[in-house]
Amino acid sequence: MNPYIVLGLLVAVLLAVAAWQQKKKAALYELSWGAQILKTLTGKHFLLQLAGFVVFIAFWQLTVKTFSLPWFNRLPGPWECLIEWLSPDPAYGISIYTGDYYKHILFSTYRATTAFLLATLLGVPLGLIMGWSRKFYEYSFALVELIRPIPPLAWVPLAILLLPGDEPAVIFVTFLVAFFVTTLNTLLGVESIDESYFRAARCLGADRKHLLLDVVLPGAMPFIFTGLQISMGAAWFSLVAGEMIAAQFGLGFLIWDSYSLIQYPVIIIGMITLGIIGWASSAVVRSIGRKLMAWRERELYGSGQSG
Amino acid sequence: MMSASNLTLLRTSPVAADPVCRASDGALSIKNVGKIYDPEGVHVEALRECSLEIAAGEFVAIVGPSGCGKSTLLNILAGFDNLTSGEILLDGRPLATPDTSPSPGPERVVVFQHGALFPWKTVIENVTYGPVVQGVMTRAEANQRAREMLSRVGLKDIESSYPGQLSSGMQRRVEIVRALINNPKVLLLDEPFRAMDTVTKGASHQYLLELYNATGKTIFFITHDLEEAIFLADKVMVMTTRPGYIKRTLTVELPRPRQYAMLASPEFIAMKADLVGAVHEEAVKAFEAGEREMA
Repeated sequence: MNPYIVLGLLVAVLLAVAAWQQKKKAALYELSWGAQILKTLTGKHFLLQLAGFVVFIAFWQLTVKTFSLPWFNRLPGPWECLIEWLSPDPAYGISIYTGDYYKHILFSTYRATTAFLLATLLGVPLGLIMGWSRKFYEYSFALVELIRPIPPLAWVPLAILLLPGDEPAVIFVTFLVAFFVTTLNTLLGVESIDESYFRAARCLGADRKHLLLDVVLPGAMPFIFTGLQISMGAAWFSLVAGEMIAAQFGLGFLIWDSYSLIQYPVIIIGMITLGIIGWASSAVVRSIGRKLMAWRERELYGSGQSG
Repeated sequence: MMSASNLTLLRTSPVAADPVCRASDGALSIKNVGKIYDPEGVHVEALRECSLEIAAGEFVAIVGPSGCGKSTLLNILAGFDNLTSGEILLDGRPLATPDTSPSPGPERVVVFQHGALFPWKTVIENVTYGPVVQGVMTRAEANQRAREMLSRVGLKDIESSYPGQLSSGMQRRVEIVRALINNPKVLLLDEPFRAMDTVTKGASHQYLLELYNATGKTIFFITHDLEEAIFLADKVMVMTTRPGYIKRTLTVELPRPRQYAMLASPEFIAMKADLVGAVHEEAVKAFEAGEREMA
């Protein structure tokens, strides 16, 4: 298929998604589809967002192509990258039509998700227990604080030595930052809970187990989910670092490999793909959080109500 | 506001009729209680030789300057804190001594100054939390009783709302219902209406009095609003500045049910004038003590 047609389709899909999102809001105000789409497209919000993109791409085009500034002129221009990305017959072998592109995405997503899930499964309980038991906090906090600032890349040699094969090593490196972020945010969440809730629960007859399930966990939930969003982002950036050093597939590997092979447009394709996937994965975490914390949403938006 | 027929219903409601807690339950006897925070260090004496008697079913308001031992005493009664000397009896049995402090529990439920409804639970989940967690009612029974009680204080249609969606007046009503559903011996109220505007406060007073009339619980009410104290309570006790003890007890002779018109009656104004003098003296002392600490 012609890349221009694909580009047109892509824009159409994006607009449709935006309009659909807006339509949900529009139901509240009884606007028609047409009026809402028009309102969205001419709205200040949308135009400003668009302007941001336009300025960024214009800067790219001007520095790299139009004026071809020194250093900048080694990079591919925006149009070149876009066409390569959408081309059925890409010059460097990577576009939305090639299986390899999706293989890289799949590998990276698999690693990031595994690391994120591991970090959540281990980090949330650890944070809860640290916030819950003073004794455990004393044992662990100093240790956690000491290990946490070690950058993920510094772990790579140890990870390769300790773990069998490259794959677990990359996942381990990806896991680390996500794990600390999740643990510390969960701990912060527990510490943020107002003492009155514990006292009220005890007055009403709650024992320690109830306090943990009915006060600590739901009370820490807002911080936990903020932590999970940061952890998801952290997983992506450590993953790419890990993949650049020790992997055969994945977007980090693709970017580094393309640099070695002087296939510059592929670097840009890899970076933009990472941006999109990273954003989408954070959005998924955010929407799960919203579902689980309906009480908080309603509190924020229903605060105008009075009785 | 509730009608008279609603009130009759409340009187015969399961809360009032429950044999576990008779109207004769809930007598508090506080004897020479002292409380010192950090005895080896800063040594803050919050209470000294503090004694007072509360009969079963009596509504007692404690007033005093901020920073006096009011909340300390409430925390000791609730079981959040221990006492250093003296003893407290509940219905003649020791509740707290320097060696034994009770764990917080449903016989002495607190309603907190800033409200402590669980924001992550709906109104009905909040109200039923006590009975369900204690295992004294099934969820269905608890739901049924909670609905009865909520509808009798004008909160019928909000059971699936979250506390954050309610006004402060409604939140406090829900919290009082959440306390009363446990059939406590004593209800401990820690300045529950402090942050409210006058209108909401007035309505909240009416609801509290109606619930008090209906259930006959002993109420220990902390406030620094003198009008509120006189209007609500059978006895108003003035606590001194730190170290706190009861320096004056005023018996309020106004008949029940209390009416707002009473606020303008000569007896009311005389009582208020009487208390203003006593409290003001303590407030000045507290202020000067604060100045000394700062210097």
